Amino acid sequence: MIVAAVALGALAFALAWPVPVALSRAEWPARSPATALVLWQGIALGGGLSMIGALLAFGASPAGSLAGAANALLPMAAAGPIPEGFGVVHLAALTLAVGLAVHLALNLATTAVRAERARRRQHRLIDLLASPASESTGARVLAHPVPAAYCVPGLRTATVITDGLVELLDEAELRAVVGHERAHLDQLHHLVLLAFRAWHAALPWFPIANRAERSVAMLTEMLADDAPRRRVGVEPLRTALLRVGSSGASAAYDDSPTASAASDERVLERRLARLEADLHPLDPRARSATWLLATAIVAVPVCVLAAIAA
Amino acid sequence: MEQLWMGDSALTANEVRDRLASASAPGRAPATTTVLTVLSRLERKGFVGRSRDTRPHRYSALLSRAEHTAELMHEVLSASSDRDAALARFVGTVSAGEANTLRRLLDDVVRH
Repeated sequence: MIVAAVALGALAFALAWPVPVALSRAEWPARSPATALVLWQGIALGGGLSMIGALLAFGASPAGSLAGAANALLPMAAAGPIPEGFGVVHLAALTLAVGLAVHLALNLATTAVRAERARRRQHRLIDLLASPASESTGARVLAHPVPAAYCVPGLRTATVITDGLVELLDEAELRAVVGHERAHLDQLHHLVLLAFRAWHAALPWFPIANRAERSVAMLTEMLADDAPRRRVGVEPLRTALLRVGSSGASAAYDDSPTASAASDERVLERRLARLEADLHPLDPRARSATWLLATAIVAVPVCVLAAIAA
Repeated sequence: MEQLWMGDSALTANEVRDRLASASAPGRAPATTTVLTVLSRLERKGFVGRSRDTRPHRYSALLSRAEHTAELMHEVLSASSDRDAALARFVGTVSAGEANTLRRLLDDVVRH
């Protein structure tokens, strides 16, 4: 039991510190963003599981198994003496494990509810204000001079562009922009982002959560760039990015420009650099190995917990 | 339906129905009760105001179309990347300095 706790603890530490730092600094994710995204998900899920698992394994160690600990402790939960062999540290570890699990789950739920509410409001206003989808692009158009494009994900989706954008860009560039937003919707990027945003909201003091969220957001943008790049070509996408970025009008609207603008700019720079460099994807063997690694990261804590369950 | 508030002053439900009837194909005009239902739903959502000092009540738009659009765009553009997972923007916020750099790059691209 103690061995399992130490092993899970070591895994949790590795996934909470050196591994995500290395991954967020690595260059290869720009070449194969989908693979990197899978690895990030493995790290987040595996990290959470092994952290909670380590606490559980340590807390249950006096009873020899998780089921044994539950049998010994649950009848005494409301009142009664602490069973033989259990110390205060064990009980604290178990409480922490349960608390952490509940905290993460609740945060995921509230983040999802808040996002859903914001989306519903968006749909209501879009229905009221935007023109119906245009035939050439399939996007809805808002009468507003600031060039902007965005999408509302969810069960019901919408892609919205503004008059200002239609004026700024030519036909191919518009199709590239709409293709980018469509890719976000088709590939359900909001679900991946939601999980990482909830993780960040649950652990705001944890620098890696922030780093992970930014890296994942960057990867989803790169993935969304790849769809129009294949269909419309690199040039329209690149000039569209440059034109919308250099219009600079959106800066006037942001009420917290410092931190978010800096990170948005970095995302834009990396996307442009990536389009220019025309990177080759990772070779298939490296990609399979990464997928395997991501699976293993999640499977190991699950297997360890299963082994000590009974 | 919304077009009707955008143009005119406050209207009663009957007037709204008449305008809808003249705008839509014959035989497809909604009943006054339907109009009233829609109006009260819009009122609950905060789009429409009702003045109660006359009878029948008169309805009017609380904000013009342009004001609503401005509000919506403000929400979209100021939604910074780390606040909500609700939306995805094509390009995030860009500072003035960065915008200049991009403009130079764009000039290079266009000239080629």
